[in-house]
Amino acid sequence: MRELRYREALREAMAEEMERDERVFIMGEEVGHYQGAYKVTEGLLARFGEKRVIDTPIAEEGFAGIAVGAAMVGLRPIVEFMTWNFSAVAFDQILSHASKLRQMSGGQFTVPIVFRGPNGAAKQTGAQHSHAMETFYAQIPGIKVVVPATVADAKGLMKAAIRDENPVLVLEDERLYGTKGEVPDGDHVAPFGVAAVRRAGEDVTLATWGKMLLPCLDAAEQLAKGGGPSCEVIDLRTLRPLDHHTVVESVRKTGRLVVVHEAWPYGGPGAELVDRVQREAFDALDAPVLRCTGRDASMPYNKKLEDLTIPDAKTVLAAVRAVMAY
Amino acid sequence: MQDERDVLLGLYRQMVLIRRFEEASAKAYSQGKIGGFLHLYIGQEACAVGALAALEKRDYVVTTYRDHAQALIRGTSARACMAEMFGKVTGCSKGLGGSMHFFDAENRMLGGHGIVGGHVPLAAGAAFASKYRGDGAVAVCFFGEGSATIGAFSEALNLAALWKLPIVFICENNEYSMGTPLERSLAVADVSQKALSVGIERDRFRCTDVLEVRDRVAVAVKRAREKNEPTLIEALTYRYRGHSMSDPGKYRTQDEIEARKKDDPIARAEASLRGMGASDDELAKINASVEAEVEDCVKFADESAEPDESLIEAFNYA
Repeated sequence: MRELRYREALREAMAEEMERDERVFIMGEEVGHYQGAYKVTEGLLARFGEKRVIDTPIAEEGFAGIAVGAAMVGLRPIVEFMTWNFSAVAFDQILSHASKLRQMSGGQFTVPIVFRGPNGAAKQTGAQHSHAMETFYAQIPGIKVVVPATVADAKGLMKAAIRDENPVLVLEDERLYGTKGEVPDGDHVAPFGVAAVRRAGEDVTLATWGKMLLPCLDAAEQLAKGGGPSCEVIDLRTLRPLDHHTVVESVRKTGRLVVVHEAWPYGGPGAELVDRVQREAFDALDAPVLRCTGRDASMPYNKKLEDLTIPDAKTVLAAVRAVMAY
Repeated sequence: MQDERDVLLGLYRQMVLIRRFEEASAKAYSQGKIGGFLHLYIGQEACAVGALAALEKRDYVVTTYRDHAQALIRGTSARACMAEMFGKVTGCSKGLGGSMHFFDAENRMLGGHGIVGGHVPLAAGAAFASKYRGDGAVAVCFFGEGSATIGAFSEALNLAALWKLPIVFICENNEYSMGTPLERSLAVADVSQKALSVGIERDRFRCTDVLEVRDRVAVAVKRAREKNEPTLIEALTYRYRGHSMSDPGKYRTQDEIEARKKDDPIARAEASLRGMGASDDELAKINASVEAEVEDCVKFADESAEPDESLIEAFNYA
């Protein structure tokens, strides 16, 4: 085990995969000479050269499409979106091309490609730079959506994404880039579709993903210290495939579930999880399933209002108390 | 070197095959055997036939939803093409793609795409991969002048020029983006001038003489293969039918269509062949063999099986 920062774990995963497979390359805005807008790709240009670390102009649809075309004929691109907000202008390439080519060609063409970058709110970046985009992408058959919350997963899920034969979207988080954590030595590859119990508990299940794992663990710790209900915290790790079985199993023990996510409350993978759980564990539920989500509003710039818009330990605690009141 | 007359006979057969195949498609559509959208290439045949005659087997072809001609020329059988439109499992995309989504990996036909302009970056991507591997393959991308107004096209054109990708962009300017004439959609009617904005070579010509199309595209293909330099070609052409089968074509006059039919690429090739000494008998034999091939492919499509329900999910993931 070694301690790394989240961004270093991502970088190490990409570098190792580029070492083992000549077909892997990375392209995006500022990934090379600038060393990455968030320094995730720092040093890769010097190590792999301009052929494989490719700075692009500001043309998300163009370079995303070029990468999809390159993947169709056998390369394995990693496309960095400076943030997932900007993927909206490349949405057509993901929705109507990357995710569709295998199906509509009758299985003749596969698209082994990774789209990655930071997702969700950073700090006071305002309404256009704070989208939690998984709420759109997790809908789409033909792609996979990966949301690493821990440093070990930043490495392991990224490596799995690069090796996958399908389009994989890796939604990172600017607020996690500097976090530190243990990473297993060697060729650490994490599986898709396997949720992780990050903290065991008895009374209520908290299911979450990405950086919302942090307020969930914080709330669980506060409750444990204060003699409150015992929380089991589940990190979903991938949203497509979505491992609801681990959540169902937990709910059979606790009888209560709160789903915590940063994205808007209308629909999305949180609502999908709730639907699956109520169908498969209806008899085990002692309270309605609640969701603790981002507020149904465009992100305000003001710091106080931004903090109030995104779930934190306080709002998670309120949701836990609400399900415990039944 | 193959005799030019034999070459033209071959290209003539391809053009006749496309036309007869599409006439049969239109008939099958009206009988309800083909669903969804059906966009016919009739009138534009010299463009794809001439352009693809300039390619090698290792080269990549990407096109729009008006894709039957490109697949047939690249070597997808008429049976597999017709069966695809009939939604049969024997189709080139197993009945999952339809008229707009012909794919043939073996012949490097990278589709048939339904989002206007969205496929242009894909073609640049195939060219990118070719350059990355150094395998000498060229990508050819077909699109209409209607694609010249969307961002994906502009972005791909710039990136191909910036990165020096081995690609030939062929704008099939048939004067109408669906029902809108180009003077109401393009600020500058000459699409080839877009090459000037990214500093690449351009060419512009009317697509009537299939051999001329081949020769002019060949210059661009050579430039791409030998120098990694893209070219933007504007191929001036005209479709006799509507944008799709559902288009009554009220935006243009019958007189205009009839006038354009006088410049027909197949009639032109036939006249050239006669000038080269081809006999009635020779041409009749070609036409008869095409008709037999088309009749056979319709029968094959009719008799083929539907895809199994298990295919709904089978290809979503590798």
